[in-house]
Amino acid sequence: MNFDPLNPRFPLGDFVHEVIRWLQSALSGLIGGVRWLLDLLYGSLEYTLATPIFLIMIAIFAAVAWLASGWKLAVVTAIGFYLIRALDLWLPAMQTMALVLVACVMAILLAIPVGILAAKVRAVSLVVKPVLDFMQSMPALAYLVPVISVFSIGQVPGIIATIIFAMPPGVRLTELAIRQVDHEVVEAGQAFGATAWSILRKIQLPLAMPTIMAGINQVIMLALSMVVLAGMVGAQGLGGEIVGALSRVNVPLGVEAGLAVVIVAVYLDRVTAALGHRSPLARALKAST
Amino acid sequence: MSHIEASHVYKVFGKREQEVVKRLEAGADRKDLTQLGTAAVIDASFSVEPGEIFVVMGLSGSGKSTLIRTINGLWKPTTGSIKIMGSDIAKMDARTLRATRRDKISMVFQHFALLPHRTVRENAAYGLEMQKVPKAERMERADTWLDTVGLGGWGDKYPHQLSGGMRQRVGLARALAAETDILLMDEAFSALDPLIRREMQEQLIELQETLSKTIVFITHDLNEAMFLGDRIAVMRDGRIVQIGTSEEILTEPANDYVAQFVQDVDRTRVLTAGSVMERPNAVVQSNVGPRVALHTMQEQKVAALLVTDRHRKLLGLVRDRQVVRAAREGQKSITPLIETKDVLRVNENDPLSSLFAPASSSIVPLAVTDDKERLIGVIPRVALLQTMASIGPDTGEIPVIDDSGELHAGEKVNGDHGAGQAQASPQDLAAEAVPQEDLGADESLTGPAPGLEDDAASDATATERKEDGL
Ligand SMILES: Nc1ncnc2c1ncn2[C@@H]1O[C@H](COP(=O)(O)OP(=O)(O)OP(=O)(O)O)[C@@H](O)[C@H]1O
Ligand SMILES: [Mg+2]
Repeated sequence: MNFDPLNPRFPLGDFVHEVIRWLQSALSGLIGGVRWLLDLLYGSLEYTLATPIFLIMIAIFAAVAWLASGWKLAVVTAIGFYLIRALDLWLPAMQTMALVLVACVMAILLAIPVGILAAKVRAVSLVVKPVLDFMQSMPALAYLVPVISVFSIGQVPGIIATIIFAMPPGVRLTELAIRQVDHEVVEAGQAFGATAWSILRKIQLPLAMPTIMAGINQVIMLALSMVVLAGMVGAQGLGGEIVGALSRVNVPLGVEAGLAVVIVAVYLDRVTAALGHRSPLARALKAST
Repeated sequence: MSHIEASHVYKVFGKREQEVVKRLEAGADRKDLTQLGTAAVIDASFSVEPGEIFVVMGLSGSGKSTLIRTINGLWKPTTGSIKIMGSDIAKMDARTLRATRRDKISMVFQHFALLPHRTVRENAAYGLEMQKVPKAERMERADTWLDTVGLGGWGDKYPHQLSGGMRQRVGLARALAAETDILLMDEAFSALDPLIRREMQEQLIELQETLSKTIVFITHDLNEAMFLGDRIAVMRDGRIVQIGTSEEILTEPANDYVAQFVQDVDRTRVLTAGSVMERPNAVVQSNVGPRVALHTMQEQKVAALLVTDRHRKLLGLVRDRQVVRAAREGQKSITPLIETKDVLRVNENDPLSSLFAPASSSIVPLAVTDDKERLIGVIPRVALLQTMASIGPDTGEIPVIDDSGELHAGEKVNGDHGAGQAQASPQDLAAEAVPQEDLGADESLTGPAPGLEDDAASDATATERKEDGL
């Protein structure tokens, strides 16, 4: 390949493609494993959510809302999900919830340890920061392409794209939360002979929990904002309905599916936000004087 | 064996620590080396014996915290060694270091450093938890220690529900519960207001009598250092400039700096009325009725109360005899009973050397007021005499008003000279006190006064004299 400085061409994309192809063959076992795992998780969750009669599921959702927050959220939840059923979007809504929940659980499982490591080890923080910036500023559509090329189309690339897109605030807020914990309290742990693990578990995590929960809440919201893109790579669910409505200019379906996404979003947002108020710290601070 | 033995400890923050130490050893000044690093502790050598309270005193930034943190290994000394009961803390592996902190040294923090998500009891039990004491036992032991520091019954609260003084008691209970021989206290009382602080100091001394721990106590307050310390180390710019008993520090300052320090603090802090005053307990507002006043007298076991208005402005005093009579006559307010004559008052900023101990028969202690004449504290006679005795030789004669009312030394600030003469001796008062049957039989006293049963009013303690305090 000869390079003309006056007319520079740098085939970065080809290069990345080569790397991906190489990775694909080198890591085919790993990729297969990931695909198998995500398929299994999604499949069983979708089955669990979509199989029972919708009234039972609505009761369960409402009960969760009640436990997490209170009767008001439970009532709103029941009405909202009943409306989804009335719009005949029950199955896609359950598929979307399954996808979002699987993606969020994976994103959180990755984000929290990485965030803790970043808070504890400066080098990790220095590496992680630009990677997160990259993940967040890269347009989601642009990394869908390599994701599809590795995982082809269907639920799995949708879930992976969602994980990549939704994870950064989880990492960032976890790191911030751990760093924010009062240094003197951590020193108190050290001064009484606690191990690093004990300090993390008994002091840092409980005190960081409200901020970490805020991060988790953001992860879920970002994941929901990805459902349409997930639909574009062939994931089933409300995203798929919206993509279909778009291609057929089906206004009623577009509006209805959009509304259903909003209902699911509000539900997950409120429930996780309410859970944030139930950490030991929040409960302690609520104790009246 | 000394419990703590520091020899030639240096602690430098910065990139080129060793270089800084070398230059300091060669005689360089700390200020010329700031480019290379901050020398926080320079060549500190001292030892602390079992059962001793060793106070480290110095201005902000003099390296006190850094020094105490090297003792339990939160910092490693740049050079030099710290031996805890004979073994060098900087040379321990992680496991031994943890074991040492767990079993031998505990710490009380300036800003309490309690775990906000845990109850007071769980906080106090934290050290025991690290020692792997089973849950039921550690909770029980935590409760015992909470009782000891005066927080019995607060175990189920959370730290944020407590006042600063109470939180520091939790910090103290946590450290004491670990039952380590060594106790490190980094400005443990600095965040507390003066009265609570004095209370905590007294409590520490009291506890020390039974526990006799080895305590390193850091403070920037000379008053506190003098009160607590068996020996005091004065730090300046990272160096220990003098180690000695409070007496030695006061009378033979090692250099001008210490002399200045002692003198400065003398004038501003130690020797003012405000620094030795205590919480005024035997006080009522002028708008209360005689029954409430009687009740307060009985509770405080005093024969007279100071009276303030709603804004805490000091008005005078009321005596038991008048109050009892007023109660019997069914008067609604104690305002007409207020006497101003025998109240001795001083301003909080008045230097101690200008104060005077009230006569032993004076029934109210010296009242301390602020610039707006508000009552902010009292100084009981005995406390004043004690303080004066411990000041040392420089402050001269102790001024005392004796029972004949004559002022023997010093100068009166505000009070009425005739104080002593105007009032009867304690025996007289006791003799004249209203007989019990009188009160008990009097129908008018069995009225609806809440909290004041007639037997309570006739309780002998209500008229008991306690000459040295309210
Ligand atoms: N972690 C650190 N990194 C760099 N410099 C530090 C560090 N800790 C303390 N120092 C410096 O060391 C010096 C001594 O600080 P130190 O906290 O020991 O003082 P102190 O006597 O406890 O003061 P104070 O009464 O304000 O608590 C100060 O100049 C401070 O800036
Ligand atoms: Mg300090």
